[in-house]
Amino acid sequence: MKIIVCVSHVPDTATKINLGADGKSIDNNGVTFVVNPYDEYAIEEALKTKESLGEGEVIAISVGPEVNKETIKKALAMGVDRGILLKDENPRDSLAVAKALADEIKQEGAELVFFGKQSVDYDNSVVGQMTAELLGFNSVSVVVDFKLDGTNIVAEREIEGGREVVETSLPAIITAQKGLNEPRYASLKGIMAAKKKPIDEKPAAEAKSYVEVVEMKRPAPKAAGKIVGSDASAVPELVRLLREEAKVI
Amino acid sequence: MDFSLTEEQELIKNTVREFAEKDVQPVIKQLDEDEEFSLPLVRKLGELGLFGMFLPERYGGQGTDILSYIIAVEELARVDSSIAATLAAHNSLGIGPIYYYGTEQQKNKYLPKLCTGEALWSFGLTEPDAGSDSRGTKTKGLLENGKWHINGSKIFITNGASSISLGSTVQLVSDIKNNEKEYSTIIVENDTPGFSSKEMHGKMMWRASNTAELYFDNCIVPEENLLGERGDGSRIMLSTLDNGRLSIAAIGLGLAQGAFEMALKYSQERKQFDRPISKFQAIAFKLADMATKIEAARNMLYKACWLKDTNQPFAKEAAMSKLYCSEIAKEVADEAVQIHGGYGLMKEYDVERFYRDQRLLQIGEGTSEIQRIVISRHLGL
Ligand SMILES: Cc1cc2nc3c(=O)[nH]c(=O)nc-3n(C[C@H](O)[C@H](O)[C@H](O)COP(=O)(O)OP(=O)(O)OC[C@H]3O[C@@H](n4cnc5c(N)ncnc54)[C@H](O)[C@@H]3O)c2cc1C
Repeated sequence: MKIIVCVSHVPDTATKINLGADGKSIDNNGVTFVVNPYDEYAIEEALKTKESLGEGEVIAISVGPEVNKETIKKALAMGVDRGILLKDENPRDSLAVAKALADEIKQEGAELVFFGKQSVDYDNSVVGQMTAELLGFNSVSVVVDFKLDGTNIVAEREIEGGREVVETSLPAIITAQKGLNEPRYASLKGIMAAKKKPIDEKPAAEAKSYVEVVEMKRPAPKAAGKIVGSDASAVPELVRLLREEAKVI
Repeated sequence: MDFSLTEEQELIKNTVREFAEKDVQPVIKQLDEDEEFSLPLVRKLGELGLFGMFLPERYGGQGTDILSYIIAVEELARVDSSIAATLAAHNSLGIGPIYYYGTEQQKNKYLPKLCTGEALWSFGLTEPDAGSDSRGTKTKGLLENGKWHINGSKIFITNGASSISLGSTVQLVSDIKNNEKEYSTIIVENDTPGFSSKEMHGKMMWRASNTAELYFDNCIVPEENLLGERGDGSRIMLSTLDNGRLSIAAIGLGLAQGAFEMALKYSQERKQFDRPISKFQAIAFKLADMATKIEAARNMLYKACWLKDTNQPFAKEAAMSKLYCSEIAKEVADEAVQIHGGYGLMKEYDVERFYRDQRLLQIGEGTSEIQRIVISRHLGL
């Protein structure tokens, strides 16, 4: 079976982000980029699925500029068989990304596609579902457990306060949540083998972006904390504040 | 000149860093405390493909260059020296001599097992009465009726007495002619009758690494266990140390990097006189000096690796790197503790372990004094 995993190349959450001179993009200088962390669960699940089937091919696809190849390379080093870069040096909105992916998935004729549940750069959490819609595939998002039996799928989704069990069938798009699996390390064998694996590069299918970023801002600085007391007598007030102000209990 | 790492080197660096942070960091404090060698971590190093990584695939290696290996050791040492030392000793001192000097038969017999991590191999040069003076070793191996009869002992041998230690390469006096000792290098498997080993305890540093005493009490091995040419033992051992120096240097570099990062972070969090201590020039300048030393050390070591990877002489640069990286590891760890103040002296803080671990680096695989002798000989002195 042909399994596709869609991957994005995002700034490492540990690096400090500076805004670009235009005020509506980030300054890439000195920023370390990594595979989107949720995509690592997607890659792992794609590889595990192929391994449990005992046959097949896993293909990693990324939409974006030339540098996204680094992320595809990492996927290849983890064990993905080949990569495709749908190249576009200009930023795209989620729908335009989904259109490029849907176009390629159709051409490849794959029926099982894994995504991360969201990309930690723009955090829109929609590309997977949009791609499913464009292709007319079933879609299950925020998945923490996945089982494929023939063409049937049983997946568990994380929902507020619990888990939801969903049954569906191929063709399907699955978006991965933390907890789905423990992504493997790229072993040295994988890294060295990745050198010989192909990355096909082609222009991303033309698609209009409807969303325009007009400005980017830093979040407001965090307000100072509050100390309600230092001994047991402060507990009732603390409980009241947690309940009424912070609304966490 | 191009200072950038290749894609493979970058990926290897990231993989090892991730492994060190996720798998080593959470368990290492306890291993250090208990002076315990961890087989599960060794297995994982094997699964990642780090053992024998610079060997060709036909022997079980991954076909990387030496720089990739050095980066792997550096990244481990950034988190912990014991685990970095286990890898460095096994690769440079254990696998190295068999790969560079072994017959095809010896290589096929040992290397595949040593690359998976199912077995460890050690390098037995040092003896109770012969450390810096490696030609002062007394352990004898006399060839009689087609077998080597070995008697003597070795001390401070890394990876020599773990439950998966398969054997070691030992320097023996194989003959004495006109008062001149002849040295040969012999392969001894740990299950040979007459061989025994004992783990050494009470170490101040590298407490999660395995250090052993080896005893040979009429230990008899077949003639074909000779590694390289008879009489060439001393040269084989010394050239092995040229390679080993790169990996000890890498431990120094990684340790310095780790200590520096801890100090940098702590200096921005710790407040005194109403401001982070990093705002005091005295502290900021310490950090500036630490970062500068690390930069110089990394460039020196990577260049030595480049010389080796491009088949040029590298022994002088390896000695310089070993000397410099281990000396700056001491300085950087010392300043890192200073920046941590009293907390830096407490076991709760990793910097305390780094301060202890750096101390081996100016002693093992040739003391700093011996490195200076090696370098000055290269200068024709
Ligand atoms: C944890 C650990 C792991 C080790 N692993 C191994 C291993 O795997 N295999 C192995 O074979 N060995 C190993 N060693 C041994 C190590 O290589 C020796 O300890 C080292 O070479 C120094 O020898 P020594 O301890 O006998 O010190 P000595 O040689 O006695 O040196 C004592 C002091 O005298 C100085 N000195 C000696 N000669 C001179 C000179 N000519 N000029 C100036 N100063 C001099 C030294 O620099 C040092 O300061 C290990 C040691 C340790 C502690």
